[in-house]
Amino acid sequence: MELSSQQDGALQVVSVKSARIDAAVAIEFKDAMRQTTDSGSPTVILDLSHVEFIDSSGLGAIVASMKHMGQDRSLVLAGLTPTVDKVFRLTRMDSVFGVFPTLETALDAHAA
Amino acid sequence: MPMQLNGALMMQAQPKMSDVKISITTGEFAVREALENLLEALRPLGLDVEEAGTIELVLAEAMNNIVEHAYPPGDIPGQISVACSRKPDGLRFCIVDTGRPMPNGETPIGLPVDLDVDFTDLPEGGFGWFLIKDLAKDVVYRRVDDANELTFRLALAG
Repeated sequence: MELSSQQDGALQVVSVKSARIDAAVAIEFKDAMRQTTDSGSPTVILDLSHVEFIDSSGLGAIVASMKHMGQDRSLVLAGLTPTVDKVFRLTRMDSVFGVFPTLETALDAHAA
Repeated sequence: MPMQLNGALMMQAQPKMSDVKISITTGEFAVREALENLLEALRPLGLDVEEAGTIELVLAEAMNNIVEHAYPPGDIPGQISVACSRKPDGLRFCIVDTGRPMPNGETPIGLPVDLDVDFTDLPEGGFGWFLIKDLAKDVVYRRVDDANELTFRLALAG
Protein backbone atom coordinates (compact mmCIF):
# COMPACT_ATOMS: atom_id res chain seq x y z
CA MET A 1 0.00 0.00 0.00
CA GLU A 2 1.75 3.11 -1.19
CA LEU A 3 0.68 6.54 0.00
CA SER A 4 2.34 9.78 -0.95
CA SER A 5 1.90 12.89 1.12
CA GLN A 6 2.30 16.54 0.30
CA GLN A 7 1.82 19.55 2.47
CA ASP A 8 0.06 22.42 0.74
CA GLY A 9 -0.06 25.23 3.27
CA ALA A 10 -2.35 24.09 6.08
CA LEU A 11 -3.64 21.31 3.84
CA GLN A 12 -2.20 17.86 3.61
CA VAL A 13 -2.82 15.92 0.42
CA VAL A 14 -2.45 12.17 0.71
CA SER A 15 -2.51 10.26 -2.58
CA VAL A 16 -3.17 6.54 -2.72
CA LYS A 17 -0.88 5.08 -5.34
CA SER A 18 -2.43 1.60 -5.31
CA ALA A 19 -5.29 0.61 -7.63
CA ARG A 20 -7.22 -1.23 -4.94
CA ILE A 21 -8.22 -0.71 -1.33
CA ASP A 22 -9.72 -4.10 -0.61
CA ALA A 23 -9.88 -6.73 2.13
CA ALA A 24 -6.33 -7.89 1.35
CA VAL A 25 -4.81 -4.48 2.17
CA ALA A 26 -7.39 -2.76 4.40
CA ILE A 27 -5.36 -3.11 7.60
CA GLU A 28 -2.18 -2.04 5.84
CA PHE A 29 -4.00 1.00 4.46
CA LYS A 30 -5.34 1.92 7.89
CA ASP A 31 -1.84 1.70 9.43
CA ALA A 32 -0.28 3.71 6.61
CA MET A 33 -2.97 6.40 6.94
CA ARG A 34 -2.48 6.55 10.68
CA GLN A 35 1.24 7.20 10.27
CA THR A 36 0.83 9.65 7.42
CA THR A 37 -1.87 11.78 9.05
CA ASP A 38 -0.25 11.91 12.48
CA SER A 39 1.49 15.15 11.46
CA GLY A 40 -1.74 16.83 12.50
CA SER A 41 -2.94 18.92 9.55
CA PRO A 42 -6.47 20.11 10.31
CA THR A 43 -7.62 19.11 6.82
CA VAL A 44 -6.41 16.08 4.92
CA ILE A 45 -7.48 15.57 1.31
CA LEU A 46 -7.36 11.90 0.35
CA ASP A 47 -6.72 11.70 -3.38
CA LEU A 48 -8.36 8.51 -4.64
CA SER A 49 -7.95 9.17 -8.35
CA HIS A 50 -5.64 6.16 -8.83
CA VAL A 51 -7.95 3.81 -6.95
CA GLU A 52 -10.13 1.79 -9.30
CA PHE A 53 -11.71 -0.54 -6.78
CA ILE A 54 -12.74 -0.44 -3.17
CA ASP A 55 -14.77 -2.99 -1.22
CA SER A 56 -16.56 -2.71 2.12
CA SER A 57 -13.32 -3.48 4.00
CA GLY A 58 -11.60 -0.61 2.22
CA LEU A 59 -14.53 1.66 2.95
CA GLY A 60 -14.34 0.67 6.62
CA ALA A 61 -10.62 1.44 6.62
CA ILE A 62 -11.23 4.96 5.30
CA VAL A 63 -13.89 5.54 7.97
CA ALA A 64 -11.47 4.24 10.61
CA SER A 65 -8.80 6.63 9.32
CA MET A 66 -11.18 9.56 9.68
CA LYS A 67 -12.17 8.50 13.19
CA HIS A 68 -8.52 8.16 14.15
CA MET A 69 -7.88 11.74 13.04
CA GLY A 70 -10.59 12.85 15.42
CA GLN A 71 -13.64 15.03 15.15
CA ASP A 72 -11.71 18.32 15.16
CA ARG A 73 -9.93 17.54 11.89
CA SER A 74 -11.49 16.70 8.57
CA LEU A 75 -10.78 14.03 5.99
CA VAL A 76 -11.93 15.03 2.54
CA LEU A 77 -12.15 12.64 -0.42
CA ALA A 78 -11.19 13.63 -3.95
CA GLY A 79 -11.07 12.04 -7.39
CA LEU A 80 -13.47 9.15 -6.90
CA THR A 81 -13.48 6.78 -9.89
CA PRO A 82 -16.83 5.19 -10.91
CA THR A 83 -16.80 2.05 -8.75
CA VAL A 84 -15.36 3.85 -5.73
CA ASP A 85 -18.01 6.55 -6.09
CA LYS A 86 -20.71 3.87 -6.30
CA VAL A 87 -19.64 2.28 -3.01
CA PHE A 88 -19.75 5.63 -1.20
CA ARG A 89 -23.09 6.60 -2.73
CA LEU A 90 -24.89 3.29 -2.12
CA THR A 91 -23.79 3.10 1.50
CA ARG A 92 -24.54 6.84 1.90
CA MET A 93 -21.05 7.27 3.37
CA ASP A 94 -20.63 10.13 0.89
CA SER A 95 -22.73 12.13 3.37
CA VAL A 96 -20.13 11.61 6.10
CA PHE A 97 -17.15 12.93 4.12
CA GLY A 98 -16.67 15.97 1.98
CA VAL A 99 -16.47 14.46 -1.52
CA PHE A 100 -14.98 16.27 -4.52
CA PRO A 101 -14.83 14.99 -8.11
CA THR A 102 -11.17 15.97 -8.56
CA LEU A 103 -8.18 16.95 -6.47
CA GLU A 104 -8.28 20.42 -8.06
CA THR A 105 -11.87 21.08 -6.95
CA ALA A 106 -11.03 19.87 -3.46
CA LEU A 107 -7.99 22.17 -3.31
CA ASP A 108 -10.04 25.13 -4.61
CA ALA A 109 -12.72 24.54 -2.00
CA HIS A 110 -10.15 24.50 0.79
CA ALA A 111 -7.97 27.33 -0.42
CA ALA A 112 -7.40 29.86 2.33
CA MET B 1 -0.35 -17.26 3.89
CA PRO B 2 0.65 -18.39 0.40
CA MET B 3 -1.92 -17.83 -2.27
CA GLN B 4 -2.86 -20.70 -4.46
CA LEU B 5 -5.01 -20.36 -7.50
CA ASN B 6 -6.40 -23.47 -9.07
CA GLY B 7 -7.06 -21.53 -12.20
CA ALA B 8 -9.45 -23.91 -13.87
CA LEU B 9 -10.75 -21.24 -16.16
CA MET B 10 -12.97 -22.84 -18.72
CA MET B 11 -14.07 -20.95 -21.77
CA GLN B 12 -15.15 -22.49 -24.99
CA ALA B 13 -15.10 -20.74 -28.31
CA GLN B 14 -18.71 -19.71 -28.83
CA PRO B 15 -20.01 -16.48 -30.22
CA LYS B 16 -21.53 -15.38 -26.92
CA MET B 17 -20.09 -16.20 -23.54
CA SER B 18 -20.00 -19.79 -22.41
CA ASP B 19 -20.24 -20.73 -18.79
CA VAL B 20 -17.35 -19.68 -16.65
CA LYS B 21 -16.17 -21.59 -13.64
CA ILE B 22 -13.24 -20.85 -11.42
CA SER B 23 -12.04 -22.38 -8.21
CA ILE B 24 -9.67 -20.94 -5.63
CA THR B 25 -8.11 -21.95 -2.35
CA THR B 26 -8.56 -19.20 0.20
CA GLY B 27 -5.49 -17.12 0.95
CA GLU B 28 -4.43 -13.52 1.31
CA PHE B 29 -4.74 -12.46 -2.33
CA ALA B 30 -6.93 -15.32 -3.58
CA VAL B 31 -10.10 -13.24 -3.84
CA ARG B 32 -8.25 -10.58 -5.80
CA GLU B 33 -6.94 -13.12 -8.30
CA ALA B 34 -10.34 -14.77 -8.60
CA LEU B 35 -11.93 -11.41 -9.43
CA GLU B 36 -9.27 -10.66 -12.00
CA ASN B 37 -9.80 -14.03 -13.71
CA LEU B 38 -13.58 -13.77 -13.62
CA LEU B 39 -13.63 -10.30 -15.12
CA GLU B 40 -11.18 -11.42 -17.78
CA ALA B 41 -13.50 -14.33 -18.62
CA LEU B 42 -16.45 -11.93 -18.89
CA ARG B 43 -14.59 -9.62 -21.23
CA PRO B 44 -16.36 -11.01 -24.36
CA LEU B 45 -19.57 -9.45 -23.04
CA GLY B 46 -18.18 -5.98 -23.57
CA LEU B 47 -19.27 -4.78 -20.14
CA ASP B 48 -19.03 -1.08 -19.43
CA VAL B 49 -17.17 0.27 -16.39
CA GLU B 50 -20.38 0.54 -14.41
CA GLU B 51 -21.43 -3.08 -15.01
CA ALA B 52 -17.97 -4.51 -14.50
CA GLY B 53 -17.66 -2.53 -11.26
CA THR B 54 -20.98 -3.86 -9.96
CA ILE B 55 -20.04 -7.45 -10.75
CA GLU B 56 -16.62 -7.07 -9.14
CA LEU B 57 -18.10 -5.48 -6.04
CA VAL B 58 -20.81 -8.08 -5.44
CA LEU B 59 -18.41 -10.98 -6.04
CA ALA B 60 -15.78 -9.39 -3.81
CA GLU B 61 -18.25 -8.95 -0.96
CA ALA B 62 -19.58 -12.49 -1.30
CA MET B 63 -16.10 -14.04 -1.39
CA ASN B 64 -14.73 -11.82 1.39
CA ASN B 65 -17.61 -13.00 3.59
CA ILE B 66 -16.67 -16.61 2.89
CA VAL B 67 -13.01 -15.95 3.70
CA GLU B 68 -13.97 -14.15 6.90
CA HIS B 69 -16.82 -16.30 8.21
CA ALA B 70 -16.98 -19.68 6.44
CA TYR B 71 -13.23 -20.25 6.66
CA PRO B 72 -12.38 -17.98 9.59
CA PRO B 73 -8.77 -17.43 10.65
CA GLY B 74 -7.58 -20.56 12.42
CA ASP B 75 -9.60 -22.92 10.23
CA ILE B 76 -7.78 -24.64 7.42
CA PRO B 77 -8.00 -22.84 4.06
CA GLY B 78 -10.80 -24.08 1.85
CA GLN B 79 -12.13 -24.00 -1.66
CA ILE B 80 -14.42 -21.40 -3.15
CA SER B 81 -15.89 -22.04 -6.56
CA VAL B 82 -17.66 -19.43 -8.63
CA ALA B 83 -19.79 -20.34 -11.64
CA CYS B 84 -21.32 -17.81 -13.98
CA SER B 85 -23.70 -18.26 -16.86
CA ARG B 86 -25.26 -15.79 -19.23
CA LYS B 87 -29.08 -15.86 -19.25
CA PRO B 88 -31.62 -13.60 -20.95
CA ASP B 89 -32.24 -11.83 -17.64
CA GLY B 90 -28.57 -11.20 -16.87
CA LEU B 91 -25.65 -13.06 -15.40
CA ARG B 92 -26.41 -15.83 -12.94
CA PHE B 93 -23.77 -16.63 -10.37
CA CYS B 94 -23.40 -19.58 -8.04
CA ILE B 95 -20.75 -19.45 -5.33
CA VAL B 96 -20.02 -22.61 -3.36
CA ASP B 97 -17.78 -23.23 -0.36
CA THR B 98 -17.49 -26.05 2.14
CA GLY B 99 -16.82 -23.93 5.19
CA ARG B 100 -18.94 -23.17 8.22
CA PRO B 101 -22.66 -22.63 7.59
CA MET B 102 -24.38 -19.27 7.79
CA PRO B 103 -25.60 -18.71 11.38
CA ASN B 104 -29.36 -19.43 11.54
CA GLY B 105 -29.24 -20.88 8.04
CA GLU B 106 -29.78 -17.57 6.32
CA THR B 107 -27.86 -14.55 5.11
CA PRO B 108 -27.92 -11.33 7.13
CA ILE B 109 -30.77 -9.04 6.07
CA GLY B 110 -28.33 -6.44 4.80
CA LEU B 111 -29.90 -3.26 6.12
CA PRO B 112 -28.28 0.09 5.33
CA VAL B 113 -25.91 1.20 8.07
CA ASP B 114 -27.19 3.73 10.58
CA LEU B 115 -25.42 7.04 10.03
CA ASP B 116 -27.46 8.99 12.56
CA VAL B 117 -24.86 8.30 15.25
CA ASP B 118 -22.05 10.05 17.09
CA PHE B 119 -18.78 10.53 15.23
CA THR B 120 -17.02 7.84 17.25
CA ASP B 121 -19.79 5.35 16.47
CA LEU B 122 -19.67 5.74 12.69
CA PRO B 123 -19.73 2.25 11.17
CA GLU B 124 -16.49 0.68 9.96
CA GLY B 125 -18.21 -2.47 8.74
CA GLY B 126 -21.57 -4.03 8.08
CA PHE B 127 -21.72 -2.74 4.51
CA GLY B 128 -21.15 -6.03 2.71
CA TRP B 129 -24.56 -7.71 2.73
CA PHE B 130 -26.27 -4.41 2.13
CA LEU B 131 -24.21 -3.95 -1.05
CA ILE B 132 -24.87 -7.52 -2.20
CA LYS B 133 -28.63 -7.26 -1.67
CA ASP B 134 -28.84 -3.78 -3.09
CA LEU B 135 -27.00 -4.65 -6.30
CA ALA B 136 -27.93 -8.29 -6.92
CA LYS B 137 -31.35 -9.81 -7.60
CA ASP B 138 -32.77 -13.20 -6.53
CA VAL B 139 -30.21 -13.70 -3.78
CA VAL B 140 -30.67 -17.22 -2.38
CA TYR B 141 -28.57 -19.02 0.21
CA ARG B 142 -28.84 -22.76 0.79
CA ARG B 143 -26.88 -25.21 2.86
CA VAL B 144 -26.56 -28.28 0.67
CA ASP B 145 -24.98 -31.23 2.47
CA ASP B 146 -21.70 -29.78 3.77
CA ALA B 147 -21.59 -26.87 1.38
CA ASN B 148 -22.82 -23.29 1.33
CA GLU B 149 -24.41 -22.29 -1.94
CA LEU B 150 -25.14 -18.66 -2.74
CA THR B 151 -26.89 -17.84 -5.98
CA PHE B 152 -27.84 -14.46 -7.37
CA ARG B 153 -28.43 -12.61 -10.58
CA LEU B 154 -26.94 -9.41 -11.90
CA ALA B 155 -28.94 -7.68 -14.58
CA LEU B 156 -27.03 -6.22 -17.51
CA ALA B 157 -28.00 -3.20 -19.56
CA GLY B 158 -28.23 -4.11 -23.27
